[in-house]
Amino acid sequence: METAFFTTQLIPALNRGLVMSVKLIVPAGTFGLIFGIVIGTLRTYGPPAIRRVANGYAAVFRGTPLLVQLFILYFGLPNLGIYLNAYWAAVTGFILCSSAYHSEYIRGGLLSIKKGQLLAAQSMGFSTFKTMCYIIVPQAIRRALPGCSNEIIYLIKYSSLAYIITCIELTGEGKIIATRTFRYTEVFLFLGFYYLVLVTMASFMLQKLEKKYKIPGFGQA
Amino acid sequence: MLTKEATTMTQEKPILRIENISKTLGGKEILKSVSLSLKKGELKVLIGPSGAGKSTLLQCINFLLPPDSGRVWLDGVEIQNRRKRDLYAFRQQVGMIFQDFNLFDHLDALENVAIALRKVKKMRRPEARDRAMAELERVGLEDKINLYPAELSGGQKQRVSIARALAMDPKIMLLDEPTSALDPELIGEVLSVIRDLAHGGMTMILATHQIAFTRSLAHEVIFLENGIILEQGTPAELLSPDACTRSKDFCSRLDDLCEEKG
Repeated sequence: METAFFTTQLIPALNRGLVMSVKLIVPAGTFGLIFGIVIGTLRTYGPPAIRRVANGYAAVFRGTPLLVQLFILYFGLPNLGIYLNAYWAAVTGFILCSSAYHSEYIRGGLLSIKKGQLLAAQSMGFSTFKTMCYIIVPQAIRRALPGCSNEIIYLIKYSSLAYIITCIELTGEGKIIATRTFRYTEVFLFLGFYYLVLVTMASFMLQKLEKKYKIPGFGQA
Repeated sequence: MLTKEATTMTQEKPILRIENISKTLGGKEILKSVSLSLKKGELKVLIGPSGAGKSTLLQCINFLLPPDSGRVWLDGVEIQNRRKRDLYAFRQQVGMIFQDFNLFDHLDALENVAIALRKVKKMRRPEARDRAMAELERVGLEDKINLYPAELSGGQKQRVSIARALAMDPKIMLLDEPTSALDPELIGEVLSVIRDLAHGGMTMILATHQIAFTRSLAHEVIFLENGIILEQGTPAELLSPDACTRSKDFCSRLDDLCEEKG
C-alpha cells in the first residue's frame, strides 16, 4: 500500500515532468551555447558599435533575475502583441540568460589566445571573419569548455523555474503532488534525486565532449 | 591592369616596392619614411639593434600593421589596403614567418599547412592535404605530419610554418627573425631550409642576427636604426673587416657577444 503512492502517483508524474524538463534543457542548452559563442566573439572582436550592444545584452541578462526575465517574456510581452506559450517563453528565457553567461566564458577563452594566431592567419589572407571561425574560436571554445559545462549544469537546475510560468516540468509535477498529498519529504527527496541523476549524466557527457576535443597543448597533458 | 609597356618591363622592375613608410606606435615614431625595393629572386637582409623597427617594417609591408603613411607596390600594382578584397589577395602572395612561429595550436602539422589552402584558396580537402604533404616533405617533416604544435620542437615548428607559407605560392617572403626564438642547436635546420629557398630563387626580406648566414647569402644588407635605413649595400661593402660602417661595428659586436656566450 505504501509503495502504491510511489508507483502509481509520484514516479509517473516525475517521469512526465522529466520529459518536459529534458525538452526545455536540450534546446536551451544547445542554442544558449551557440548564441553564447556568437555573443562572446562579438563582445571581444566585433566592430565597436556591435561590441557595445553585445556588452549591453550580457549586462542586462546577467544583471537581472532569471525569474523576472521569464515573467516579462510570459506576462509582459502579450502587452506588445507577442504571445509565447509557457514552453516557448521558458525556452527563450533560458536561451537568453544562459547565452549571456556562456558569452563571458567564451570571452575569457578568446582573450587567452595569443595575438600571433591572428597575425599568422591574416598574413595568409584570412579575412577577420574566417580567422575567427577557423582559427581563434575553435581554440577559445576548448579553453572555455569547462566553464560552459558549468553553465549547462546550472541550466539543468534553473530550468525548474519554468513551472512558475506554468510550464509544468519536473519541479512543477513534484510540487503538485506534494501539495495534494502533503508528502513533502518523500516527493522532494525523490525530486532531488532525479536532478542529481540528470546532472550526473550531463557531467558525464560534457566530460566525454571535453575528451573528444582534447588536443595536445590545451589543458592538462 | 598592367599596360603592355609595364608587362615587358617587369624583368627590370622591382617585384616589391615600398615608399616612405612611416609608423608611430604608442606616441613613438618607429619608422621614419622607409623606402626599399626588391627584384625577383633577391634576398635582402634587415639588420639592426632591437627596437630599430625591423618587425614593424615587415608587418607594415603586408599591412598587419597599417602604416600611417606610405605606399606599397607588388608587381607594379599599388596595394589599396582599404579594399579588403585586394588586401586579402595581396597577403596571399606575401608569405610571412614569425619569430615565435605562430602555428595554429589546435591543428596538427598537416592541417596547419592545409587550412589556408582550403579556407582561403578554396582548394578541396584531398588536394589541400596532398599539397600540404608535399610542402612538409620539402622541409623534411614528412614523418611529423600528425603531431600538434605542442609536440614539435622549436626548429620543427618553424619548418612547419615555412611549409605553411610556401604552400600559398607566395611571390615574396618576409621572415621576421626566424631563428631568434630557437635553441642554438636547432638554428641550423631552419637556416638550411631558408638557404634552400634562397638557392631556389625565392624573393625574401629577412630580419636576422645571423651574420655569417647574411654574409654568405644576402644580395643586400639593410641596416636599420631608430626607424631609418642608415646603410644599405652588399655584404662585402658593409660587412668586410676593413669597412668603416655602422653595420660592421654592429655585427662585430654581435660576434663578440656570441663568443662570450660560447
